[in-house]
Amino acid sequence: MTAKPERFDAIVVGGGHNGLVNGAYLSRAGLKTLVLERRHVVGGAAVTEELVPGFRFTTFSYALSLVRPDIVQDLDLVKHGMLVHPLVNTFHPGLDGEHILLGADAHANYHEIARHSVEDAEGAKDLSHRVARVCRALKPWMDRIPPNVLSSDPAEIAELAELRDYMTGLDSEVREMMERFVTASAGEILDEYLDHELVKGLFVSSGIIGSKVSPRDRESGLVWLFHKMGDFDGQPGAWGFHKNGNGGFTQVLARAVEAFGGTIRTNAGVERVLYDDGHARGVELEDGTRLEAEVVVSALDPRQTFMRLVDPSDLPADLVSHLEAYKFQGSAAKVNFALSGLPRFPGLDGREDIYQGFTNIGPTIPYLEEAFADCRAGRFSRRPFLDSCIQSTIDPDMSPPGKHIMSCFVMYAPYHLAQGDWDTERSNLGDTVQETLEEFFPGFGDLVLHREIVTPLDIERLIGLTEGNIFAGELFESQLFFNRPAPGWNQYRTPIEGYYQCGSGTHPGGCVSGGPGRLAALRILDDRRR
Amino acid sequence: MPKTTPFHSRVEPLNQTGIWKHWYGYLVAPQYQYSLNAEYYAIRNSVSLLDTSPLFKYRFAGDRGRALLERVLARDVGACRVGRAQYTCWCDERGFVIQDGVVMQVAEGEYRLTSAEPTLRHFRSVTRQMGFPDDTVEEISDDFGILALQGPHAYDVISRLTEAASPLKYFGVAQSTVASCEVTVSRTGYTGDLGYELWIRSEDAETVWDALAAAGKDYNLTPIGTSAMKMARVEAGLLLLGVDFNTSRYAWVDAQRETPIELGWSWMFRKLDEDPRDFIGRRAIEAEIANRTSRWNTVGLAVDWHAYECAFTESGIIPPMHELYTESTMSLYRRGGKQWDYAGYASSFLASTLLRRPIGIAKLPLDLTEEGSEVDAEITVIRQPKYILARVERLPFFNPPRKTALMNGGAS
Ligand SMILES: Cc1cc2nc3c(=O)[nH]c(=O)nc-3n(C[C@H](O)[C@H](O)[C@H](O)COP(=O)(O)OP(=O)(O)OC[C@H]3O[C@@H](n4cnc5c(N)ncnc54)[C@H](O)[C@@H]3O)c2cc1C
Repeated sequence: MTAKPERFDAIVVGGGHNGLVNGAYLSRAGLKTLVLERRHVVGGAAVTEELVPGFRFTTFSYALSLVRPDIVQDLDLVKHGMLVHPLVNTFHPGLDGEHILLGADAHANYHEIARHSVEDAEGAKDLSHRVARVCRALKPWMDRIPPNVLSSDPAEIAELAELRDYMTGLDSEVREMMERFVTASAGEILDEYLDHELVKGLFVSSGIIGSKVSPRDRESGLVWLFHKMGDFDGQPGAWGFHKNGNGGFTQVLARAVEAFGGTIRTNAGVERVLYDDGHARGVELEDGTRLEAEVVVSALDPRQTFMRLVDPSDLPADLVSHLEAYKFQGSAAKVNFALSGLPRFPGLDGREDIYQGFTNIGPTIPYLEEAFADCRAGRFSRRPFLDSCIQSTIDPDMSPPGKHIMSCFVMYAPYHLAQGDWDTERSNLGDTVQETLEEFFPGFGDLVLHREIVTPLDIERLIGLTEGNIFAGELFESQLFFNRPAPGWNQYRTPIEGYYQCGSGTHPGGCVSGGPGRLAALRILDDRRR
Repeated sequence: MPKTTPFHSRVEPLNQTGIWKHWYGYLVAPQYQYSLNAEYYAIRNSVSLLDTSPLFKYRFAGDRGRALLERVLARDVGACRVGRAQYTCWCDERGFVIQDGVVMQVAEGEYRLTSAEPTLRHFRSVTRQMGFPDDTVEEISDDFGILALQGPHAYDVISRLTEAASPLKYFGVAQSTVASCEVTVSRTGYTGDLGYELWIRSEDAETVWDALAAAGKDYNLTPIGTSAMKMARVEAGLLLLGVDFNTSRYAWVDAQRETPIELGWSWMFRKLDEDPRDFIGRRAIEAEIANRTSRWNTVGLAVDWHAYECAFTESGIIPPMHELYTESTMSLYRRGGKQWDYAGYASSFLASTLLRRPIGIAKLPLDLTEEGSEVDAEITVIRQPKYILARVERLPFFNPPRKTALMNGGAS
């Protein structure tokens, strides 16, 4: 005898941060909502895991900036424990004791850059101001559902006209700068403002994060801009650390879901979405359990949403061909360390505050280009770029007293290796990262108590991000805004009625922003009112 | 030449900014690092250390000392038993507040009181009226330095140095030793967080500072200046003399004076009918309560985040939120009906980075002090006055369970 399937108003597939945001908004609107997560823990790419007693590893993502302010307010996240600590410093070590250390004071930063180049110190200010203005101009469009370019609906046509008018109404300096970001590489843009190699190296790294591009590839311009779109207390482009890592943030979201009456189930992988007559009916779990709902939301990436959870042969051919061409090509890895003490940087011995933010290892553009040359050849960089941080220097709850936890985001680590596979290359990657750190911080190896290596393959296996792409698809112009994940399907709906998408493969895209989760919820709630 | 506190040799080299301020004639750091937020977050996320030695300190001994306090202090000091501290205030005969402070009974019949401004002469004049000798109250300001250790890891740090905190109830006081120096430890503070304050003999100041710094090393113990403390105290709903109210003593007119009820301290008099004392200002306070003659009340004010954000973005600029704390007044108006219909003002304002919204401490007429009452707050956007929605909210804005939790060595 089979029991009658459980019924919900809405089922969200995937308990990453976007699924949680979506579930919280739907619950808040009164829908009986269930969030299903395959792992034992919610958070997806934003989890904190105590792999060694007392050491909290941010297995994947590690910092916040793009969280949409509306979400914080609408979901009462502060009440549920949201606490983002601003980065105190940004440290950019060179070799031979050279370095740039930027802090909270703009004037002190001017002089720090001026040590290397007086004109760059001013150039950096000009660049930051221009970029801040561009971001300000784009922000409203980050927080609304983008128009559908393929639609003949008068409302959509009007939206497109509104967007066009908005863009032409912008001051020409802002508009031209915006165009630069689409047409030029991060390296080229920086060339206009900066001259010194070490200074450029510091600023350029945002242009390659998580993307299979060199800082001199055209696509890096937009990737760079994307990472400046967030803020901390209104400070453009500033980043912070959430209490207990990014997993601390998704725990806050989980509390919000539950506070609004939603339900979360972990260890509940979804095998497929159930639908007939073009209507969503519910889901089937990996263990065969069926659950019913007239709204099903996939918080997974586009590959999973369209090619795995449903049968692609039920979808329009042009959508499927778009998805087949959609680029994942993951190129990043993580190597996280439990440390017995803080690394020492020659010349700044004893300075612990230098680690209270990002430590940007990748001194110059040529260094990064060399790293990318390896990637292009199908191997991981022999001298990788590392975006690292030691959050335990400001958050004592991240590690046992006196000890530290270090997160290193590693580039490049292509998903497709020309030789060998990631299961055999995993520890070689760990060694390479450790050797690189040793080069900058002599004696580093002696501090290592434990290390966690997360290859692109591990990212894919653990949380389902296809080819380990950290953003659920490259942040290229061809895959953003009108086109995320495909033209005509950029408004959270799918060809199956009642089946929606809300993962990072939808607008505004990857990073811990919650934007996709929120906008999809607004779409769903709006559709229900019709 | 400014005076320096007993911790000066320790704090002086820590001040990376080189900026100093005067706190009642003492040299203090408004902030030590370039990042004020880093100091603020130490209070909320790890643990902070603040030198509050410029506070004036007084000692009262024996039955006469107690009798004097009973006469002067508006809040019932009888409830302040041995090993307890109490937040209190003292008033003039007309029931206007002279000052607030913390009184503690450190041993049987031995009281100490802190205050922001000198008050020996005031206490002495009452002493004489009561026919007591002058030494009933004694100034001990120079004898002690005071450190405030505040933040979620404050217990972890203090418990490495003394048993006195295990446990020490909220507003409890204990005598103890730290690094072989006698100290008084109280579970008090001005941040609304878990925290302790230590009274340290001036000659021991450096030794105890060093011990705390060493014990806090693993917990990101961060020396903080007065600015971070002031940000935290707005969230905690704690008033600051000279900012949120003025002493009646040096006011020119009553419009500058405030009663404890008007300051939102009516809770101090909840058991007034069980309190037989004839304290200064009692009659006036009783009459104010009975006749509801308060002119205003002091309340929390939450500025609507969307309205705040919109007011600035509409003008094409970013809403100011970063490390924004002001003590200047923001005028408040009644909504609807007349334009610019003045109602009151905010005496402190903070764009709270923790709470992610702008908040303030406000004075409003009684018909607008209900929780949820709406007013328009005046802000300036590119030099133009604009008003935006704000709502009355209960103080404190931030009140974590750890503030009062019994800490006894269990997991924090
Ligand atoms: C290594 C790494 C570092 C990063 N660093 C940063 C950073 O510092 N800052 C930043 O802002 N962004 C960073 N990013 C990007 C950011 O973390 C992601 O874009 C974002 O977290 C994705 O969120 P999501 O909710 O869209 O999807 P995910 O987090 O991928 O969530 C999907 C969830 O669905 C679950 N799931 C998968 N399949 C199923 C199934 N069949 N049934 C049920 N559940 C399923 C997964 O377990 C997962 O929990 C990083 C990403 C990675 C991988």
